[in-house]
Amino acid sequence: MGRYVIRRLLQMIPVFFGATLLIFLMVNVMGDPIAGLCGDRACDPATAAQLEKEFGLDKPVWQQYLTYMGNVFTGDFGTAFNGQPVTELMANAFPVTIRLTIVAILFEIVIGITLGVVTGLKRGHPVDTSVLLLTLVVLSVPTFVTGLLLQLLLGVEWGWIKPAVSPDAPFSELIVPGLVLASVSLAYVTRLTRTSIAENKRADYVRTAVAKGLPRRRVVTRHLLRNSLIPVVTFIGADVGALMGGAIVTERIFNIHGVGFQLYQGIVRQNTQTVVGFVTILVLVFLLANLLVDLLYAVLDPRIRYA
Amino acid sequence: MPEPLEPLESYDEGRAIASTGAGGASDLGTAEAETLEKTPGGPEGTGAGKKPRSLWSDAWHDLRRNPVFIISALVILFLVVISIWPSLIASGDPLDCDLAKAQEGSQPGHPFGFNGQGCDVYTRVVYGARTSVTVGVCATLGVAILGGVLGGLAGFYGGTWDGILSRITDVFFAIPVVLGGLVLLSVVTSSTVWPVIGFMVLLGWPQISRIARGSVITAKQNDYVQAARALGASNSRMMLRHITPNAVAPVIVVATIALGTYIALEATLSYLGVGLKPPTVSWGIDISSASQYIRNAPHMLLWPAGALAVTVLAFIMLGDAVRDALDPKLR
Repeated sequence: MGRYVIRRLLQMIPVFFGATLLIFLMVNVMGDPIAGLCGDRACDPATAAQLEKEFGLDKPVWQQYLTYMGNVFTGDFGTAFNGQPVTELMANAFPVTIRLTIVAILFEIVIGITLGVVTGLKRGHPVDTSVLLLTLVVLSVPTFVTGLLLQLLLGVEWGWIKPAVSPDAPFSELIVPGLVLASVSLAYVTRLTRTSIAENKRADYVRTAVAKGLPRRRVVTRHLLRNSLIPVVTFIGADVGALMGGAIVTERIFNIHGVGFQLYQGIVRQNTQTVVGFVTILVLVFLLANLLVDLLYAVLDPRIRYA
Repeated sequence: MPEPLEPLESYDEGRAIASTGAGGASDLGTAEAETLEKTPGGPEGTGAGKKPRSLWSDAWHDLRRNPVFIISALVILFLVVISIWPSLIASGDPLDCDLAKAQEGSQPGHPFGFNGQGCDVYTRVVYGARTSVTVGVCATLGVAILGGVLGGLAGFYGGTWDGILSRITDVFFAIPVVLGGLVLLSVVTSSTVWPVIGFMVLLGWPQISRIARGSVITAKQNDYVQAARALGASNSRMMLRHITPNAVAPVIVVATIALGTYIALEATLSYLGVGLKPPTVSWGIDISSASQYIRNAPHMLLWPAGALAVTVLAFIMLGDAVRDALDPKLR
């Protein structure tokens, strides 16, 4: 177990540096960070040259990357366009997005798996057909359309929720945005659980469990569900990173000041340090979530052992 | 539904032996060919009797009877036709706008009403199909070819190249797509569809590459491939004749579903302001500009959004139906 974790952590190192380098190059290729600092006016050449020197932008890109990464490992993520340290932006933005992601993941687990189990057990039943149809509709309507429509209906027309989330973003205001963020994944989780349950329903161990007289509830939760959850757990684990990075659209619709909002600002203002800093953290979250998923396998399925 | 799966497998083995046998039959080859001859559904070389169905004709047989497939295929056919000849059902010009009519509702000759600039929503919805279908089809082709070739080669040769490619796909997977789109496309000023397509190919290929790699590794271990190798078939022959036809199905399924998601992604990027730009007519752009007026004139948003949803839905359902037909295990 310990050796496996160490090996996986070592494998993460090249992926981590590759992903951050890739995003660093993308941000560098895309534009001139100095132009962003001067606002809409063109920069005065002398000022631009001085700023370039100050930020080390006159050096080659690989050297800039190394300097930046060196700073990151000492906890210095640089300065955002408004002069605030990026770490300060992170301290404000990440708790909000983490709350939003938690709400979304809870929706996926509770609603997605429940619907998946129900439909998987009743294949061909009208309940199954209608849920399946519903998931298809949810999958095919893009998140920003779902978000706009829910905001219009629940927030404006019926007044059940506030159309925009306040800066503190408590859990109670994040329920609908969380549902919007989760919607597509929710449909995937439902379908994945359904397929998995339907496949395992005919397995020998289920027949044995039924034959020895176990109550149905126990057969489903202890035997069937535990064996069917592995692909679902993989998906949800990989989704943690995707949700946090993909919250840009949801956060924009509901005006939530989280990671997506800061990233959007950073990109619009061409602030390399904000963008790369946030992405670095997101990549780390993604990699750790995937590792956690692999370790969870052993808990779900004792046949899997990590030497 | 009882399925003639078993003859199909032995048919493939038979064909593998029959085709490589021509290269120079060794003792091993003939021995294996003889044992195979006795299995039901035997090799095709005999020509007598009913021809066994291949995986593809088997899948086609199922698909023709699947209402989901027929409906989605008809919708897609319709979309393709109106993307090529939009004037068939829309006589107006999508860029012909009259500000005096801005945000007006439906009226004779203009069933969907007018948008914020006073353009006819119906005409724009029809012309928007071309953009979405072009983006979806080109991005999917690019992704499928690039990812399929890279992943397939990695799966076939294994070793160092495979290791490097797997790490590269890991790197791409770690970057959220919408975020990558914002970063890369935020400086693009061109209003054509090509930067968006290029971006989708750049960030989409690892998905297909992973599928292709796994599927080639599975196909590589089949007996008929081992037999072909033992008979001295060259690498390129094994790849083209034996592995590709048996490994391409999962790639096609994932690519069909991905086509729908690329169309949705284009709209999302356009909504964020970095995708396509006017004067390109796109559902994403129209939804984005209509979202400001959603309280007063929801029809401006609902029609393009509905068209987008139906299109994405059609491709996802088509992919689902094709998967069911190609993977009989799920029945």
